Amino acid sequence: MTGINVAIIGSGNIGTDLLFKLQRSACLTPRWMVGVDPNSEGLARASSLSLRTTTAGINGLVPHLTADHIQLAFDATSAYVHRDNARKLREAGVVVIDLTPAGLGPFCVPPVNLAELAGRRETNINMVTCGGQATIPMVAAISRVQRVDYAEIVATVASRSAGPGTRKNIDEFTRTTALGIEKVGGADRGKAIIILNPAEPPLIMRDTVHCLVATPPREREIKESIQNMIIEVQKYVPGYRLKNGPVFDGKRVSIYLEVEGLGDYLPKYAGNLDIMTAAALRTAEMLVPEIIAGAYR
Amino acid sequence: MSVQRVILHDMSLRDGMHPKRHQITLDQMTSIARGLDEAGVPLIEVTHGDGLGGASLNYGFPLHADEEYLTAVIGTVRHAKVSALLLPGIGTVDHLRMAKDLGVTTIRVATHCTEADVSEQHISLARKLGMDTVGFLMMAHMAEPQLIAEQGMLMESYGANCIYCTDSAGFMLPSDVTARIRQLRECLRPETEIGFHGHHNLGMGVANSIAAIEAGAVRIDGSAAGLGAGAGNTPLEVLNAVCQRMSIATGVDVMRLADVAEDLVVPIMDVPVRIDRDALVLGYAGVYSSFMLFAKRAAARYGVSSADLLIEMGRLKTVGGQEDLIEDAALNLAKKRSGT
Repeated sequence: MTGINVAIIGSGNIGTDLLFKLQRSACLTPRWMVGVDPNSEGLARASSLSLRTTTAGINGLVPHLTADHIQLAFDATSAYVHRDNARKLREAGVVVIDLTPAGLGPFCVPPVNLAELAGRRETNINMVTCGGQATIPMVAAISRVQRVDYAEIVATVASRSAGPGTRKNIDEFTRTTALGIEKVGGADRGKAIIILNPAEPPLIMRDTVHCLVATPPREREIKESIQNMIIEVQKYVPGYRLKNGPVFDGKRVSIYLEVEGLGDYLPKYAGNLDIMTAAALRTAEMLVPEIIAGAYR
Repeated sequence: MSVQRVILHDMSLRDGMHPKRHQITLDQMTSIARGLDEAGVPLIEVTHGDGLGGASLNYGFPLHADEEYLTAVIGTVRHAKVSALLLPGIGTVDHLRMAKDLGVTTIRVATHCTEADVSEQHISLARKLGMDTVGFLMMAHMAEPQLIAEQGMLMESYGANCIYCTDSAGFMLPSDVTARIRQLRECLRPETEIGFHGHHNLGMGVANSIAAIEAGAVRIDGSAAGLGAGAGNTPLEVLNAVCQRMSIATGVDVMRLADVAEDLVVPIMDVPVRIDRDALVLGYAGVYSSFMLFAKRAAARYGVSSADLLIEMGRLKTVGGQEDLIEDAALNLAKKRSGT
């Protein structure tokens, strides 16, 4: 199988981490990085790796899409900017993996529903949020065993790993994550909380998942389902770990997780970056054979 | 010399939700609010202890929704205005709009003291809606005065007309308060007000509030009978009496407020709000006050010491909202003890 050319839109933490991971991809070749800030560290890095760059946002990329055979783009900007980007890329026939919390396309949490999305020729796939990628697999692991009336997650990330986009979009984070908990996680109702912690040295991403199950928890099956799901996530995020739990307290089931990153762009504490970019990469790689086969034409 | 004036802001129906595990009844709330209103308290906060949208497994489900509490209190008070608290990351602008529609006049947008830039969406919307908009910098003991001032200036730039220095852990001593309020006063625009929110974990609530007033704060938070997280907030009736002695005008009747505290608030306490050993640890180790009851419960469940648990939360440099890690830390302490 040969590969395709891709563009990264957004030169912040997530875009830069993606750039690192794309260097190792066998079938995705990064050709462009799009930014808006001429002083962006991410753009400088992309240039040094021989990518073409622009500081004119999406409009700087669109005229080159055909000539440079860009068939897929990762959008790591913000929910607001994504709406405009999505329209322009769709018109140009480019498949979009959306890492903003815009949620225009169907949600994808790879170990839960990537297989389902394959073959549906979705042109815009949304990766929910970092907190969603870290926690929705656990909600799904429980909802596969028995009905989950309510699921709530608390994602705690190091302040240094939350860039300006995340900070301006904090409401979109909580809303999109809550929706993902319901739509992909399978809970009847979802709620999400995000905390930024400025401790130095920075703390590794922590995620807590609380579920209220409809009937007394089937403990043995839940434990087994959680273990299996952790193994699935570890296939692309090796530092995904169960720290404590599952705790069973009446109908409450609580799971305490830690997500350590690979340390590609930001150091290993920024597991929130890794789980997002690794999931996006996995999703994009799954689409490559279909794109090459012309399924999207 | 002109008479100094301060606005006293009552917390018993918001911060007081913590020691009540968010179970205050509508009747209790309206009777306390009526009492505070009649005593002349100008501003009363009503929200889940963790702010709008705080209803959760993580922080506790309240007896009633924020909408019900707000509607009941706003329908009761005649002169006092009602405020609501909002922590970005927990509540959203949807909650803010709801509060505004119900008649809330003051919104207080709270962030950890170094993370002010997560409040831009909420502060700018509140300002656009014409609300009295407050930026609330929590755990302010964890940052130096200059950083507090810089974060306050960010909130001011988004549209906040008042900035709070918030001693969420009850850790500060008067000199810490003076340094932060003074720096804020120096850096913020002259028309921007400054406020102080204290916790009484080291018994410094009143002294810290007076230090804040002397350094330029014009809004001071406290709770009737101190009902609030940890050892409670600055006891408002005590602060009011001290202000009267110092000729600081509050517009609040000393005895009427003392009656509210004694006759309406103390009787609803599940346990006395006082500086017990855990509250002392909060203040001594600089830990978020609302962790206290969670630590007591986790300690009882896992057979560990609640004081050790709170010290561990301090060692982990946790910030407000990280209640989830208390059970996690208790499990770790229990494992360590059993040597597994």
